[in-house]
Amino acid sequence: MSLTDVQSPVVGARATPGFAALFKIEMLLALRKRADIANPLLFFVTVLALLPLGVGPEPELLAKMAPGMIWVMALLATMLSQESLFRGDFEDGTLEQLALLPQPLYFAVLAKSLVHWIATGLPLALLSPLLALMLNLPTEGYLCLFVSLFLGTASLSLIGAIGAALTVALRRPGLLLALIVMPLYVPVLIFGTGAVQAAIDGYAYSAQLAILAALLAAAAALAPLAAAGAIRISLDN
Amino acid sequence: MAWQWFHRLGSPRWFYQKTSGWLPWLALASVVLLVTGSVWGLGFAPEDAKQGNSYRIIFIHVPAAFLALAGYYIMAISGAIGLIWKMKLSFAVMRAAAPIGAVLTFISLFTGAVWGKPTWGTYWVWDARITSMLILLFLYIGVMALSQAVSREQVADKASALLALVGTVNIPIIYKSVDWWFTLHQPATIRLTESSSIDPSMFYPLLVMIAGFYCTYAWTLLTHTRALILRRDMKTQWVQQELVGEK
Repeated sequence: MSLTDVQSPVVGARATPGFAALFKIEMLLALRKRADIANPLLFFVTVLALLPLGVGPEPELLAKMAPGMIWVMALLATMLSQESLFRGDFEDGTLEQLALLPQPLYFAVLAKSLVHWIATGLPLALLSPLLALMLNLPTEGYLCLFVSLFLGTASLSLIGAIGAALTVALRRPGLLLALIVMPLYVPVLIFGTGAVQAAIDGYAYSAQLAILAALLAAAAALAPLAAAGAIRISLDN
Repeated sequence: MAWQWFHRLGSPRWFYQKTSGWLPWLALASVVLLVTGSVWGLGFAPEDAKQGNSYRIIFIHVPAAFLALAGYYIMAISGAIGLIWKMKLSFAVMRAAAPIGAVLTFISLFTGAVWGKPTWGTYWVWDARITSMLILLFLYIGVMALSQAVSREQVADKASALLALVGTVNIPIIYKSVDWWFTLHQPATIRLTESSSIDPSMFYPLLVMIAGFYCTYAWTLLTHTRALILRRDMKTQWVQQELVGEK
């Protein structure tokens, strides 16, 4: 996609570029770079396939580790794909144009995070029952695993955007991004795995899912604000 | 006029000169309180009925953990003040608070591990409080790493202040972790609103130690902030006068 297309909401005749236009552009960009969508998924599946080779293939052991492993891998896959969230736009100057838009930068971040989630988190959640099957997760946990990943990965995408925005101006952000973002992921991980564990043990897990939903609501409201602030700081650099 | 002190606070020079007089007093208070507290706590407080003498590490562990958490608030709040009012001084305080807080967090983790061996039979468990303190350490290190990684100082200040602010969402979780997840770590022994579950003969020396740690923290923070101010304003005239004396 050429720069003029990306800039069209900025200079175009349409006065209300808004969230929808940005979302559409980002979605198109994501669809045209299919490898970027496939890579986190492949990473996710590959590492989970290594797990039984590493710890041994005993079904009971795998069943015990499955919720935590799937969640941690989702965390890693989200984080690794997040590094490039703002990078391209930063390098070709689009990010500056977005920051100059009359509409708040909040919506640009929200659109990008949403697309990032659709490209990584959502497929991970959809794929999770298959992996749960491979790792011998008890069937009671399937639905809960899917719902918790569905809600949780969206929070992860939003929270990770803050880290990506803070490190976008750095030459090699990889490990720094992990260091910054991982501690912020912790609440999501705690309640995500907690919900799945409760479901496997036969307890009610709606409380944990409600907390995950609450975390998502808070992340959707606050994380793009923080990320927008971080982008403005990074653009100063 | 009432806000004059606040505007003055924005001036590193005013801060530096004002705090010069405080340092010896803070140092004196720290030494007196820490010595009194340790002698009292280690020498005179009674032995614990269940834990014997090993409980005495509480006199280091609890104050360090207190300050590790309070220090995060100090860092985040001064970062917020810096972002809102664009105060150079406030950013210097934030930068100075990060390594001190990280060290205190490490001390509380380390003493906790040492204490854990005789009482729980293990150095480390993935208990809610211990794990969340480890996360706190990572939060501190993240702020430090980010401020080191960004080359322009003003950008580094703002970026790490924002990160410190974002990290505050984890602090209440760390605070309440012992109450929410009842695992191995005991629930909070000292409570402000109800009577503490600790005997006065152990409680008073602990209070003295906590006060001593607060003084030491203030002392260290001031010293570190002053050093940062000097380095940042290296090229200004007042620093040169301060260090070299009148020319």
